[in-house]
Amino acid sequence: MMQALSKPSEGASGLTGMWRIKRPLLDPEKCNACMLCWLYCPEGTIARRRGGKPSIVYEYCKGCGICSEVCPSKAIRMLRRERGAPDR
Amino acid sequence: MTAMFSIKDLVEEEYTLPGNASCPGCAAALSLRIALKVLGPKTILVVPASCISVIQGYYPKTPCRVPVLNVAFASTAAAGSGMVAALDLKGKSDVKVLCWAGDGGTADIGLQALSGAAERNENMIYVCYDNEAYMNTGTQRSGSTPRAAATTTTVTGKPERKKSVPEIMVAHRMPYVATACAAFPLDFAGKLRRAASMPLRGLKYIHLLSPCPPGWRFPAEKTIEVGRLAVMTGFWILYEWVDGRYNLTGPSKGLLDKSKRRPLRDYLSIQGRFGHLTEKDIESLEEEVEEQWKDFARKMSMT
Repeated sequence: MMQALSKPSEGASGLTGMWRIKRPLLDPEKCNACMLCWLYCPEGTIARRRGGKPSIVYEYCKGCGICSEVCPSKAIRMLRRERGAPDR
Repeated sequence: MTAMFSIKDLVEEEYTLPGNASCPGCAAALSLRIALKVLGPKTILVVPASCISVIQGYYPKTPCRVPVLNVAFASTAAAGSGMVAALDLKGKSDVKVLCWAGDGGTADIGLQALSGAAERNENMIYVCYDNEAYMNTGTQRSGSTPRAAATTTTVTGKPERKKSVPEIMVAHRMPYVATACAAFPLDFAGKLRRAASMPLRGLKYIHLLSPCPPGWRFPAEKTIEVGRLAVMTGFWILYEWVDGRYNLTGPSKGLLDKSKRRPLRDYLSIQGRFGHLTEKDIESLEEEVEEQWKDFARKMSMT
């Protein structure tokens, strides 16, 4: 019998990083590892490293910019990419 | 009082995986991510037609790492009740049932099933994530759309007031009713933890305001700011109703005094759906917010 049962997977809707218009860029110098970006990222694309700084997973980051807005030390800048230029 | 929930209490494990179909800046996706971190893998999600049924994916992949039961629009709480009965029969007391429906699926289409489940006091958690319209199908007004907000079916602003589902639930006298806002995820997490750890069997209901960038017409990065303003202006009140008493929670605690609230205009002007409002409209909405607080103060003093 065929079962219509979906399996959990990253990228269930593809590489959603392709949707991105602006790209968040984290400055590790300014980051104080408060992890608010990790808390507020709707997508869960910010990895929490134990004792360390957060890192952004660009394959799936949709570039909403919430991390940049909630960062208290202004450590995340949103960069608009040049027309035709590669995203990263 | 809900024990404070800190960022360190949230597990690193993700139960909604990245690369799902939610819009950029989606507060509903954020809240579901937080909720599953609180409740953990031994949770069964019951979802009706809603944005979440889109987010949780199409065959053969899903971002959800917990079992999801997709049901018809009207039947979330009924299907959840059945799930609770099945778990009871199998003696699985450690599995939680989480019904997760939108405002259309709660305030309008699913209200009858929800009221029935509340009356029977089914042992489950029901979260209504309220983005104040039928966002999944293109922003049609719902019973939970606030007055004056423009939607695709109320182009000049909705004439009717927002229905208060949490108050309807309070009238059922079940163990726990609370409101929350996606912009205060730790407050929401604390309420979920409290609902999940209550020894008392029965329905626990949380009504979560969930700002929607495309539907409310604001830029995706402003989701958290809009949610914070909804609370700080007093437009949305964060409270719990438990043991027959109302308690204000989080930032709403200090807002009974009108002078402590941010001007309502700050909340309205940031959203396109309120862009058409005249000075008179804004004043009447301000009166409505004031009336809502007076009503709340009355209820607090009565209980």
